[in-house]
Amino acid sequence: MSSFTRPFSQYCLLLTIPFSRGLAFRQGPRLTLGVSSFTRGFVFRRGFTISSRGFVFRRLPKMVSPNNFSRSLSNALKQTLDESVQKNDVVLFMKGTPDSPQCGFSRAVVQILNTQGVDFKRIKTFNVLEDQELREGIKEYSKWPTVPQVYIKGEFIGGCDIMLNMHQSGELEDLLVKESLINIEDSPIDSQEQKQ
Amino acid sequence: MSGISKELLEQTLRKKLEAEYVEVVDTSGGCGQSYDVIIVSKIFEGKSVLQKHQLVNETCKSEIAQLHAFSQKSYTPAQWEAQKQKQTS
Repeated sequence: MSSFTRPFSQYCLLLTIPFSRGLAFRQGPRLTLGVSSFTRGFVFRRGFTISSRGFVFRRLPKMVSPNNFSRSLSNALKQTLDESVQKNDVVLFMKGTPDSPQCGFSRAVVQILNTQGVDFKRIKTFNVLEDQELREGIKEYSKWPTVPQVYIKGEFIGGCDIMLNMHQSGELEDLLVKESLINIEDSPIDSQEQKQ
Repeated sequence: MSGISKELLEQTLRKKLEAEYVEVVDTSGGCGQSYDVIIVSKIFEGKSVLQKHQLVNETCKSEIAQLHAFSQKSYTPAQWEAQKQKQTS
């Protein structure tokens, strides 16, 4: 998924203005000015460079731009989310817990996963109501404005509407079988194959 | 979090998504933060469900941000016709 890799455009050509006359390879704070092709804007930040020459390629820790609304998603949170989403078979961001959902849409998604017979031990759930930073950050992380949100095997699947849609059309079951998240013996798809 | 009016949401969807048909149902019971929406537009042609939803979410980001719940069904004109047929039969 593209959101897990930093686009090349985040590596910017920075023009550094040396405020202190530094020797080459001397580390020191500089005010750097960069032009980002991604945001088509200027990027000002204080940074450390290891060259006294004017042009340096530097990786920006975080984009700063009026277009970029990444206010609520910190790098630390993004990293935690990246890890969780990659490590766990199913990740569910919801309001409340599977045992006591605090929102009808979250409840519906839990019920769908239950009906499909997914083992809840394999589902990592996050209660966004317990963590304000997560509650705002996850919307930006997934570029999805609402909770609940479901990830399966590192891929964003969608919210309640999409889950319900896929559940009804049989697509969800196909996906879960493909990712071996539900018991193959119970699935009608496999019993068809056995008959053949 | 103040919510937005049904009319404003309908207008926005029509304008930004070039929708031929929009049906907005206020499910909030008055607070203006919860809507069920049906959108029919040509721009959904050839897109998966997730892509359609993402398109809607992206174009109406500022409006949806003010809501608690936003449930959408998005169809291309052809899909919408088929859906109507199914319902009447």
